[in-house]
Order: sequence, then C-alpha cells, then structure tokens
Amino acid sequence: MREVMTKSMARNIFYGGSLFFILIFLALSAHSHLYIVNSENSAKLDESVVRGKHVWEKHACINCHTIMGEGAYYAPEVANVMTRWGVLDDPESAFEALKGWMEAQPTGIPGRRQMPNFNLSDEEIRDLANFLIWTDNIDAQGWPPNEAG
Amino acid sequence: MKYESQKIAYAYFAVAMALFAIQVIGGLLAGFIYVFPNFLSELLPFNIVRMLHTNSLIVWLILGFFGAAYFLIPEEAEREIHSPKLAYLQLIILVVGTLGVVVTYVFNLFEGNWLLGKEGREFLEQPKWVKMGIVVAALIFLYNVSMTVLKGKKTAITNILLLGLWGLALLFLFAFYNPGNLSLDKQYWWYVVHLWVEGVWELIMASILAYLMLKLTGVDREVVEKWLYVIVAAALFSGILGTGHHYYWIGTPAYWQWIGSIFSSLEVIPFFAMMAFAFVMVWKGRRDHPNKAALLWSLGCATLAFFGAGVWGFLHTLHGVNYYTHGTQITAAHGHLAFYGAYVCLNLAIFSYAMPILKNRDPYNQVLNMGSFWLMTSGMVFMTFVLTFGGTVQTHMQRVVGDYFMDVQDQIAIFYWMRLGSGVVVVLGALLFIYSIWVPRKEVVEPGPIERDRLESDPDHVAAES
Repeated sequence: MREVMTKSMARNIFYGGSLFFILIFLALSAHSHLYIVNSENSAKLDESVVRGKHVWEKHACINCHTIMGEGAYYAPEVANVMTRWGVLDDPESAFEALKGWMEAQPTGIPGRRQMPNFNLSDEEIRDLANFLIWTDNIDAQGWPPNEAG
Repeated sequence: MKYESQKIAYAYFAVAMALFAIQVIGGLLAGFIYVFPNFLSELLPFNIVRMLHTNSLIVWLILGFFGAAYFLIPEEAEREIHSPKLAYLQLIILVVGTLGVVVTYVFNLFEGNWLLGKEGREFLEQPKWVKMGIVVAALIFLYNVSMTVLKGKKTAITNILLLGLWGLALLFLFAFYNPGNLSLDKQYWWYVVHLWVEGVWELIMASILAYLMLKLTGVDREVVEKWLYVIVAAALFSGILGTGHHYYWIGTPAYWQWIGSIFSSLEVIPFFAMMAFAFVMVWKGRRDHPNKAALLWSLGCATLAFFGAGVWGFLHTLHGVNYYTHGTQITAAHGHLAFYGAYVCLNLAIFSYAMPILKNRDPYNQVLNMGSFWLMTSGMVFMTFVLTFGGTVQTHMQRVVGDYFMDVQDQIAIFYWMRLGSGVVVVLGALLFIYSIWVPRKEVVEPGPIERDRLESDPDHVAAES
C-alpha cells in the first residue's frame, strides 16, 4: 500500500470525503424534514396526539412493543394496531377498544406474556388512541406488509 | 505504566466491568422471561428489565471508551493527563447518574416528570437530569483530553479517537430534541443511535484497535496509521448516508430506500478492512508480545464485528429484504452479535491489555481469560444463529403469511429456549472474564517449552505470581 498512497493522502481523503458526505447528508436531512413537516398527516397533528405520544413515552411502551418496526420485539407492532382492530376511521370506537384492552391487563394467564396495568385515565387513553390513529396514517411507504404488523 | 495519570483508567474499567455484569444478568433475566412470561411480571415487567439491559450496555461501553482514552492518550501524547481530578469528578458524575437511572427504572419513580422521570425513547430513556449530567461529564472529558493532546504529541490515533469522542458527545445533544411528530422524532433519534454505532463509534473502535495492534505486534506506526485513515474513511463514507437504511418506513421520502440500500451495503467494507488490518499486522509483526489474551480479543473483535455488524447487517439492509424483516428477531440477532463483536470485544481487549499494566505486573490468568473469550463468543454466536432462525420463521409466518404476532411467537418458542441456554453460557463467560481480570493467579495450564524459555531468559517477561 505504501506505493499507492501516503499517510497524508489517506488523511486528506478521510477529512475531505467525510465533509463531502456530511454535507450531502445534511441537505437530504433538511429535505426530509420539510417533507415530513409538509405532509398531509402532519397537518392533522394536534395536541391530543402529542399528549398521547407522551403517554406512550412515559410508560416505556417501546421496551416491549415496536412502533413502525422499532423498539423491543416482545409485544406486537402498534403503528397499525388501529387498522388491525378495524377502528382506524372511528376515533370513538378506537378509544373504546383501547380502553377495554388496557383495563383487561394484566391477564395473569399462565404462559402468556403479561402487559402491566398502567392505570390510565380516560383522557390519557383517548390521547393514546389518537396518537396511534395518527401514527397509523403516516405514509410509511407501504410498511408493514400486512395487518399482522 | 509510563505515566502516573494512566491509573485513572483503572477506576473507569472497574465501574465498566461492574455494569457489564449487571448488563449480562439483565439480559439473562429478559431471556428467562421470554420462556417464563409470568416471572416477575408485576414486580419487574419486561420493559424495565430490557431498559436495564440496553442502558447498562451503552453506559459501560462508553465508560470503557473513556477509560481507554485516559489510558492511551498519555502514551500517545507523551504527557500526563491535563487534570486527573477532573477525570475522577467526571467518573463520579457518571456513577451518580447511573445509580439514579437504575433506581428510577426499578422503582418506577417520578413517572411523567419532565426532569426526573424516565423518557420513553428507546435507548434514550434516561431522565433529563441524567442526560444533562452526561453532557457535563462529556464536556469535562473532552476538555481534559483535548488539553492533554493539544499540549502534547499529536498522532493519528489520538486525532481519530478525539474526533470520535467529540462526535459522540455532539450527536448526543439530539437526545434532547424530541418533537411531537413521531416521524421527525425518529429521524433525529437515529442521529444519535445510528451515527453513534455506525459512525463515530467506529472511529473510536478503529483507533483503539490501531493502538492495540501497534503495541501487540510492534508494526511501524506509519503503516498502522495509514490503515487507520483508510478504515475510518471507509466507515464514514458508507456510514453517514447509510443512515438511510433506517429511513425506509418512518414517513421519510422514498429515495432513502436506494440511498440507504447502497450506502449501508458498503458499511461492510470498513469492518472487512478492520479484520484484514488486524490479521495483516500480526503477520507483519515484529514483536512477540506476552499478552496473548489481549491479542485474541483484538483479533476476535475485528472478526466478530465483521460478521455481526458487517455480514448480519447486510443480511437485512436491502430495502426489499428489510420490508419483510424489519422489527423481527432478525434485528435482535444482528444487534446482539454486532454490539458484542464491535464494542464489547473491543473493550474486553483493551481491559485485557491494560489491566496487567495498571496492576503493574505481567499478564496473568491468560488461559482463563482466553477461555472466557471462547465461552462468551460461542454463546453469543449460538444466540445469533437461533435468533436468526427464529426471525426467519417469524418473518415468513408474520410478514408473508400474515399470522398474528403472538401466534407466531408461540410457534418459535423453541428458539427462545435455545437463546436462554446460550445466554447462560455468555453470563458464565462474562463472570469468568471478570474473575480472571481482578483475581490474579498462576496460569492454570503449565507453559510449554517456548513460553517457559521466554520466562527464563526474557528479562521483560516474568511469570505471574499468585
């Protein structure tokens, strides 16, 4: 390798090339940022959805479930749970379904994975349902492949 | 040990290894809950166990990096660390933060509190006050080591190491940005997660590996450093735009499918180069260094990182494949071997190299240490295989056929049993490693004629006493 390249050449390629790729990445990042912010779904992002996201976060749901494929792999995907339950277009039914689910936990059935009871208020459950409906409506390039998530 | 302040590394390594023990035991517990799901389900739910497992991993790896920096920078810069007091203050801040995290998670304190409560983004769950502490600790660290290097000799190894550590700290600032829009949240969350492990951490890894190769093989510094620049160039050229492989399905534009597929495929190259580098340096070696355990971990690191991060990463990185495998046990398989190969083995390599020096004695317990390498490695490789098989079945049943998640999980239970078994082996290996590092004893196997001759005739090489 000594004949092909000196150390200072290697160093300059490293610094120059990295800078080049960082700039491209930042430009694409900025474009993606605007693309997300200007998407149809982002216009529907209201305070309830943001509060629902906070409910999702403060109970560390992501350390059992995945959301858009990211998280732990211990419990089902939730980004399309409203589609799976058939309540995506009906926030009231979504709330009822989620409330019924949350209040039935933990099932205590032997040999089944257990979800804790988080003692959520109706308000929190409604926000969480709205967050999951909003998430389900993100244009995720057709992912997941089916409603099993 | 040439410089007194290298001793700082001793304290960092000690805390790192304690957290390493907690991490693997937490992993074992999580693996146990997978097959006995009712175990502790009310007292310590799975999500809490998993946070302990992942967070302690991240913290101990970073503590190891800090320790490694404090160990190697004085030698490279040829001067003492700027302020050992600040280095210990930094460690205290990190230990307090770590204890705070453990107590907050386990007892579920301050839930929802903006400052004191845990935050719910994967791997960045630490309460905000801990995050702030991490930033303060990182600033102290960067000030301390940068001052040392600025006043001392600058080498490629310290340049790259500092660049990696500065990048680590700066990118962590994105942990404070949590927009209400989930797509945006994910876009910048990956700035921390991806640009750490597939970006700046690779700089840290390559520079520490280069240092180890320099010391263990005695190859000319010019050669080592030229390799180093080529490796880190390959890492960043592929890894920065490789972030795109996380932008396939989160609400970002479709062009990331091509950019992510192409550049993340190239991420195999730096890992292959690191493996080639390590073996070529040994081949060209001018020195028969007595610390064989450190050499084994270094070569093991480069090899397992190539397979775990490189090959297993490529396995599911093309968007056409990832469409089906995203978020299945395939991801878990890759995550385990990649972290083990690239960053766990690297840390254990530098611990194995530095600890005898910090204890001011010859390498000891090398047979036990090397035994722990094979135990841990075989356990982790087996775990990766069974999770890959499980993930393949899961991908087919859930993503192709469309069976429901929990039904599929019941079908692949056998793989979780095998994973638990391999986890036991990993934990035994980890405990054996910690024992071999901290409790110096005579070698358990009698040396052969070559090693015996070296013990008798080489003045630099004396036997470890019990």
